[in-house]
Amino acid sequence: METTLERTEKYVQIENVNQVFDTKRGRFVALENVNLTINRGEFVSVIGHSGCGKSTVLNLIAGLLLPTSGVMLCAGREIAGPGPERAVVFQNHSLLPWLTCYDNVYLAVERVFGSQEGKAKLVERTKAALALVGLTHAELKYPGEISGGMKQRVGIARALAMEPKVLLMDEPFGALDALTRANLQDELMKIVAATQSTVVMVTHDVDEAVLLSDRIVMMTNGPAATVGEILEVDLPRPRNRLALAEDAHYNKLRSEVLKFLYERHAHKLAA
Amino acid sequence: MSNVVALKQTEAVAPPVEAKPAAPVASQPVEAVPTGYQRAKAPEWVVSGLRHGLPMLLGIVLFIGLWAIIAKVSGNLPGPAKTWESAKVVFSDPFYRNGPNDQGIGWNILNSLSRVGIGFGMAALIGIPLGFALGRFRILGDMAAPIIGILRPVSPLAWLPIGLLVFKAANPAAIWVIFISSIWPMVLNTATGVQRVPQDYMNVARVLNLSEWKVFTRILFPAVLPHVLTGVRLSIGVAWLVIVAAEMLTGGVGLGFWVWDEWNNLNVEHIIIAIFVVGIIGLALEQALLALASRFRTE
Repeated sequence: METTLERTEKYVQIENVNQVFDTKRGRFVALENVNLTINRGEFVSVIGHSGCGKSTVLNLIAGLLLPTSGVMLCAGREIAGPGPERAVVFQNHSLLPWLTCYDNVYLAVERVFGSQEGKAKLVERTKAALALVGLTHAELKYPGEISGGMKQRVGIARALAMEPKVLLMDEPFGALDALTRANLQDELMKIVAATQSTVVMVTHDVDEAVLLSDRIVMMTNGPAATVGEILEVDLPRPRNRLALAEDAHYNKLRSEVLKFLYERHAHKLAA
Repeated sequence: MSNVVALKQTEAVAPPVEAKPAAPVASQPVEAVPTGYQRAKAPEWVVSGLRHGLPMLLGIVLFIGLWAIIAKVSGNLPGPAKTWESAKVVFSDPFYRNGPNDQGIGWNILNSLSRVGIGFGMAALIGIPLGFALGRFRILGDMAAPIIGILRPVSPLAWLPIGLLVFKAANPAAIWVIFISSIWPMVLNTATGVQRVPQDYMNVARVLNLSEWKVFTRILFPAVLPHVLTGVRLSIGVAWLVIVAAEMLTGGVGLGFWVWDEWNNLNVEHIIIAIFVVGIIGLALEQALLALASRFRTE
């Protein structure tokens, strides 16, 4: 486990959080007594069967939802709503189709830095973010003109360009084919290593979770889901997916997650 | 039904784009090309133009033939040839003026178009912003729902006496009828469009914490624009549909009045000409707005 001072700083704190939705069929308890602390610079994955409330956890950190009870803190301040310091990469990229890739990123850059910086600096930030995800050549294209993987990269560029305190990713590669997904995972690892970002990623892909994460938060099944176990992934970085495939420790970690998901908390429908 | 038309539109636009890769393929050795697809030497858009154009032409020919037969059998109805001769005369001098009740076809068309333009323009100025408000704020939408529900199905001409009463003149009353009957599609389509802005886009706005102005200019307006244009297209259709009836009752110069006047003169050729003119102008308006809408379509 890393022991730098930064890494031990509590950055996102979720304390005794309950989330209840009022639905047509009555109250639905989605989350019950969730406790989780995420440190600065840490990459945390949240994994669980569908319907376990893992996206709800992410939306709570994003501030798109407010908890029914409990405390949510980010960098010591209460999370009272969404904000650019907690940027979200949405599952379906959510780019605005009438803006070019450049303008999609610029919209975010302008909002976050527009009040302190001049136009030239904003342009520079936008171009740097697109260069980081390798899309300089496509900056004047519209989302409808590029592939799904490229769209998701623009979504990542938009989020990173905001220099968020926490990068939130909601199944960011779930809609992509396996090869594109592997490519983007490798790129994401490089970007996160370079930017030292704090990342919370929701996923249902066990390999993805083990490959990318410092810790894996495994959720029990809903309703009234909560954190079941937390697995430390103490594999050295940089990680190489080919080398890890043969690695005994990687496979042990992988089977721990699988055992949690398919033995101790097997999904009723999945069984 | 409008979707069907829109689909046809994109099909018609697509072939030139697809034709581009065909050019280098054609220059390659013949054996490299799957033979079945390359029999036609002509560019693809010509082929597809013929494929759609020939049946269209055939339909028109059949229609005129049927018309000629019916005219021959009935005796009263002028046939295509007689109407054509009459149309040549009518269109040879479209802008003559012989007093208020006898003016050229050009003046009639321009007068009708200007009434529709004013009535529809005012309806757009009020209806589109109203639609945004009703779609954005649920309480306004709920307040307006019963009133719109009652007023919308009312026949356009039922509004004419109200217009005559309030404006005390025929021309503003006709414009009022156009206004009140063409406002609803724009209000309703705009409001529906606002309600259907994908939650994803609004979440982007929330995460970026955009100002209400930026939300409107960067997300709400572009997302709703296709719905607005659909509303505009339906509204212009309604306005053009209503103008003939309104002018028949209010008089003055215009296609509707011309139809009524020629009925009184028992000049049936001119009535048929008027029907074609109304139809062709309506089609042109519709196609122009479809072309405009396709420029703003995203994804």
